[in-house]
Amino acid sequence: MTEHTNNKPNILHLENVTMQFGGVVAVNGLSLDVNEGEIVALIGPNGAGKTTAFNCVTGIYEPTYGQVQFQEETIFSNMPKGKMRKMYAGSVHPRTVPIVKNTPDAITQKGIARTFQNIRLFGQLSVFDNVLIAKHMRAKQNVFSATLRLNHKEEERMRSETMALLEEQNLAHLKDEIASSLPYGLQRRLEIARALATEPKLLLLDEPAAGMNPQETQDLTDFIKQIRESYHLTVFMIEHHMDLVMQISDRIYVLDFGKLIAHGTPEEIQNNEKVIEAYLGVSDDAED
Amino acid sequence: MKNTKNNRTIKYKLYSLGALLVTLLILGFLQVNSSQYSYQISILERSAIYAVVAVSMNLLTGFTGLFSLGQAGFMAIGAYIVAILTIPVEQRASVYYVNGISPAIANLQCPFWLALIIAGLVAAGIAALMGIPVLRLKSDYLAIATLGFSEIIRAVIAAPQLDRITNGSYGLKSIPGFPNLFVAFGLCALCILLMVLLINSSYGRVFKAIREDEIAAQAMGLNLFRYKQMAFIISSFFTGIGGGLLAMFMRSIDSKTFSINLTYDILLIVVLGGIGSITGSVLGAFLVTAGREWLRFFDNPLYIGGIQIPLFRSGFRMVVFSILLMVVVLFYSRGIMGNNEFSWAGLGRLVKGIPDRFTKKKQKGDNTL
Repeated sequence: MTEHTNNKPNILHLENVTMQFGGVVAVNGLSLDVNEGEIVALIGPNGAGKTTAFNCVTGIYEPTYGQVQFQEETIFSNMPKGKMRKMYAGSVHPRTVPIVKNTPDAITQKGIARTFQNIRLFGQLSVFDNVLIAKHMRAKQNVFSATLRLNHKEEERMRSETMALLEEQNLAHLKDEIASSLPYGLQRRLEIARALATEPKLLLLDEPAAGMNPQETQDLTDFIKQIRESYHLTVFMIEHHMDLVMQISDRIYVLDFGKLIAHGTPEEIQNNEKVIEAYLGVSDDAED
Repeated sequence: MKNTKNNRTIKYKLYSLGALLVTLLILGFLQVNSSQYSYQISILERSAIYAVVAVSMNLLTGFTGLFSLGQAGFMAIGAYIVAILTIPVEQRASVYYVNGISPAIANLQCPFWLALIIAGLVAAGIAALMGIPVLRLKSDYLAIATLGFSEIIRAVIAAPQLDRITNGSYGLKSIPGFPNLFVAFGLCALCILLMVLLINSSYGRVFKAIREDEIAAQAMGLNLFRYKQMAFIISSFFTGIGGGLLAMFMRSIDSKTFSINLTYDILLIVVLGGIGSITGSVLGAFLVTAGREWLRFFDNPLYIGGIQIPLFRSGFRMVVFSILLMVVVLFYSRGIMGNNEFSWAGLGRLVKGIPDRFTKKKQKGDNTL
């Protein structure tokens, strides 16, 4: 069902990713692919394990079992160890795999940026500084050159790039505002701008339209399309606003109770019985 | 518009230059009359040294969000290194008169500036080793771990096994003091200036980002452990130098000098000045150190009409001091400066605001009448 994208190179590949907390399997044998230049959505009812899946990709969690590849490079590979070997309750039987781990900062450096479901800005810092901090990672300087101001060219470059980015995102007039004082919609936009400042190839958006009204959601839809074009990005997002998801996604994956229950184009998903069932809980209601 | 802005920056630069000149003049005056003003000079010097340590603690607590209570330990390391490296060789026999001196250090002597740098580097090196296990802890746990470390350092220094190096519980004396006031205040100013430059650099922004949100900082590609370690090492470096300066100021030290009370003094300065404000820490250092001395009045017996007021006796000073502190913390919970820094514009606003405040109050009074 994804023939039309097969010619594009793969950017993110998840294979049997399983995340188990104690006895709870939050993500169960999730396999999916995101190809370069696509907008792919991950949807599912609350508690389906969508954010956990994101956290497994960005290194906040270490998957209990499974592998994650970014641009053909394995960034996570793990199998149950110690106590978890007995407790493991994932549906995929674990094979022996080499162990690969990365910290969240290493993942960002490889080119995966993300936003958070509950906005995580540097609240007490200015809008400008919020974006400027993202530039630090790729700057050529050390603590001595920075303290003695020998890096002023690099610092100027970081500042001018930050200013250019803020202008593109229509945030330039707010650059001296304290981030936490911005209205909600702008905070979301600032968080995306900050993620873009890390110069990512893949952008993970965790519910970017949460708490937005229909007009703001429409603006965000256009915005996501526009940044994909201008930054040559691949976008992988979690979202509940179905009109947004259906409008811009090339493909959709549906997760329920940690398991993938469907994937395909927006049209295919809209007509998928399992998806409708998961969202409306048809069989449960019938039993009542 | 731009022109007036430029004029204003020039004006503020002139103000700063003027303030610097006035400070130098005052220092020159005190230097010339140093014997007459030795009491005032000693208060000012102690304040300046505490300011260095307070700013370095603020770098860690206020800017990186790591609550550490190991200051006294790192100061002790710095102080003992400076003492051991600078006590004149010919006087060492009389300093180590009880147990004798270890031959390894008997003839080891270097100029005070080199000793200070070595003191800072050793403190930083120990911080680097200690940071590996300790910086994985958060908030209160980190404070307890560093507090424990600081007490261990003190115990090690006082240990009889090290008698021939640290002179155990007898302490070290005959440490050469500062050659003049300009050196003392210049060194303190240099340390603080370096920390200010660091905090306003790209690395300072990273520290603040970690303070604000660790998970978001990681998502910006910043390795938490690396930058926490960096902040810890730099802070300890300057704390070590601060300890060295304190040794030069006091001219005789022993392990009791670096008890936990010293850390609390520094913490007090940081909290009082404002967590996250360098100006606040400097201001706090001078206020707390000088305040203690001003309040000596309360320690002397007071007679009114031939009757002795019972509260006025030695020790009462600290009661008054503690009450003042409680008042400050209750009414200015964010400290004197909050997390703002000094600027001439800010001072201008403050001065202009004072008459306004009075007139407003008056108007209010008029209305009610």
